[in-house]
Amino acid sequence: MMSCFLHTCARILPHSKPIGKAMSTVNPNLTYNYKVVRQFAIMTVVWGIIGMSLGVLIAAQLVWPSVNLDLPFTHFGRLRPLHTNAVIYGFGGCALFATSYYVVQRTCQARLFSDGLAQFTFWGWQAVMVAAVITLPQGLTSTKEYAELEWPIDILITLVWVAYAAVFFGTVMKRKAPHIYVANWFYGAFIITVAVLHVGNNLALPVSAFKSYSAYAGVTDAMIQWWWGHNAVGFFLTAGFLGMMYYFVPKQANRPVYSYRLSIVHFWALIATYVWAGGHHLHYSALPDWAQTAGMVMSLILLAPSWGGMINGMMTLSGAWHKLRTDPILRFLVVSLSFYGMSTFEGPMMAIKTVNALSHNTDWTIGHVHSGALGWVAMISIGAMYHLIPKLWGVREMYSSALINLHFWLATVGTVLYIVAMWVNGIMQGLMWRAVNADGTLTYSFVESLEASYPGYFVRWLGGVIFVSGMLVMAYNVRKTIKQKDAVALDNAAAQVA
Amino acid sequence: MSTFWSIWISAIVLGTIFGCWWLLWATRKSQTTDTETERTTGHSFDGIEEYDNPLPKWWFYLFVGTCVFSLGYLALYPGLGNFKGLLGWTQHNQWEKEVQVAEAKYGEIYAQYGSTPIVELAQNEDAMKMGQRLFANNCAVCHGSAARGAVGFPNLTDDDWLYGGDPDTIVQTLTHGRQGAMPAKGMMPNMDSEQVDQVVNYVLSFSDRARDPEAAKAGEQVFMQACAACHGQDAKGMQAMGAPNLTDNTWLYGSTYDRIEETVLYGRQNQMPAQKGRLSEDQIHILGAYVYSLSN
Repeated sequence: MMSCFLHTCARILPHSKPIGKAMSTVNPNLTYNYKVVRQFAIMTVVWGIIGMSLGVLIAAQLVWPSVNLDLPFTHFGRLRPLHTNAVIYGFGGCALFATSYYVVQRTCQARLFSDGLAQFTFWGWQAVMVAAVITLPQGLTSTKEYAELEWPIDILITLVWVAYAAVFFGTVMKRKAPHIYVANWFYGAFIITVAVLHVGNNLALPVSAFKSYSAYAGVTDAMIQWWWGHNAVGFFLTAGFLGMMYYFVPKQANRPVYSYRLSIVHFWALIATYVWAGGHHLHYSALPDWAQTAGMVMSLILLAPSWGGMINGMMTLSGAWHKLRTDPILRFLVVSLSFYGMSTFEGPMMAIKTVNALSHNTDWTIGHVHSGALGWVAMISIGAMYHLIPKLWGVREMYSSALINLHFWLATVGTVLYIVAMWVNGIMQGLMWRAVNADGTLTYSFVESLEASYPGYFVRWLGGVIFVSGMLVMAYNVRKTIKQKDAVALDNAAAQVA
Repeated sequence: MSTFWSIWISAIVLGTIFGCWWLLWATRKSQTTDTETERTTGHSFDGIEEYDNPLPKWWFYLFVGTCVFSLGYLALYPGLGNFKGLLGWTQHNQWEKEVQVAEAKYGEIYAQYGSTPIVELAQNEDAMKMGQRLFANNCAVCHGSAARGAVGFPNLTDDDWLYGGDPDTIVQTLTHGRQGAMPAKGMMPNMDSEQVDQVVNYVLSFSDRARDPEAAKAGEQVFMQACAACHGQDAKGMQAMGAPNLTDNTWLYGSTYDRIEETVLYGRQNQMPAQKGRLSEDQIHILGAYVYSLSN
């Protein structure tokens, strides 16, 4: 009744207070399971700092090789997979768990299906990440990119994921609203597809407690690997975060989503074509021509469905652009959408065979990944966390809006430095590798292209340092916000009485 | 692939594209307005509503455009199962064509030196610049850009040759490659650890570095049995087999006691890849002259 009344109010009075805030007069802790959301939110910040700091360390190793300390555990080859695992599954994973549990409860108006299973997903997922920190530096790896963890950890991931699916879909089933909100379509697609791909890609024959061999051989193994690898990007880092976008952008802007129709078309087209795209990682390889072509055309078709999400997010702000001036959280969300649009334009271009012939194996790929990872994934997660954290701890807003703004600029400058450095390096490397003399010999040796890359490596490291320092500002701001709780709880009580 | 898989692949590729197409048309057809509207769908989720706006036109045409392009591409290039595409393109014939073009373009540049003897060619400055570039492209990755080698990769500047440094042998090595294999414990598979220590000391004694002179003395007998067949009784090696001279204090796998012990215990496998097929005869000729010039 209460929420019905409020919704009506919101429609009648276009400038009424955001409904979320109005609803916070009812203690949501009694209705919803916020505990697990709080846990995942904190760990998002923690794994973000760990994962990104590792990235800065290995970026430093590329500029100053002695930073690898001559120890096997701190060597680039072992820390690089730990960096990717910690940021994708630690930082990104915790952000997805936190926001999906929050969003599914709020938009279904139902408490999580099972508090016990939700707790299991939290501790299970943290155990997976701690296991990654322990095993990867020791060189224990299945060698599959973005799926390096060995088979016992893979089994734990599978268990956690099944529990996650049960909690999420269980909550959707017991929803009070007749329809399922678009954010939940994306979260749902992400959960199902990652389950299928994780199990498919990690099928292996264990030979000891920490060693297994892939069930697939040769080019089949490569294709299965990139079927997973590209969908670690497509579903883990895109579909899941589009779910996040569909809740936090309209919520923070306090505006209706731009177009329901657009969300239907781009959702189905996105999930149908993304699973095809992996083949573009294997252009001009032993992969049969037809599979390369299929991977390429589907990647091109993916441009419009990807942009559908960007448009729907951006246009949601039409009529609310002025809020960008005063709201640094909204700024994070909007800039993340710009980076999303940019990297989903870049991706299909790089999937074209002739462009790929230049870009493949160069730093361009790394720049492309980070314009997605820093610009899109990290920025939307950070924006969502700043929206979420005050609500989870029952305070009115973050401790310092100025610090959010500072973080916004550190994140933006860091990302831009990073990707520009990698673009310059990547295109330069591609051109140097294919340059030939009058007699047909290569103009440059590999080492010469490496030497020419050093300035870019330095700028990339600098960009990383700036981005991580933003995360430290965030950690401080979050800590202060949580500590503020007691003081503001009094205010809230007073407000409720009034 | 079999006809079944060919049809299956074509069906799901085309099915995905036409599925996108259908989704677009069906959604557009059900639109109630062409322009932006303030009307919502009537749903509200945690206070979030959704406008019933039409698909943006430019976006619609972008989507249709990529689908049309893809269908055209699939008609021209191989993608639908066994269908080869109207252009008959494959990545192999693209590569072959590029090689043909390169050969036509660059072949003569190398051919001009084809009949010059290697010893003479090694004095030709222009040819040696070319040779250096060929070396940088094809050899430097293992032998180093200064050709001084690394552990396991011979130094080519020191006039110490595993297989021989005369022009013909160098060209032979380049053309057909070399397979170097030293068996673990040489010809004496049952060599015990004391004998290993003795033979290592004996080998070290050639460069006056034996740790234990007694063991070195005893090692001579082990050497004769295990090593002399290839390295020779005088340990000066045998180029016909690529067995290194052990008396000149030049070491392919390291000179320390530990490294030599490792070599004796586990043997060594070495491979120089054949350049025939990768480089033309004329290119190998110039490269041979360049390698020859490094120590002559």
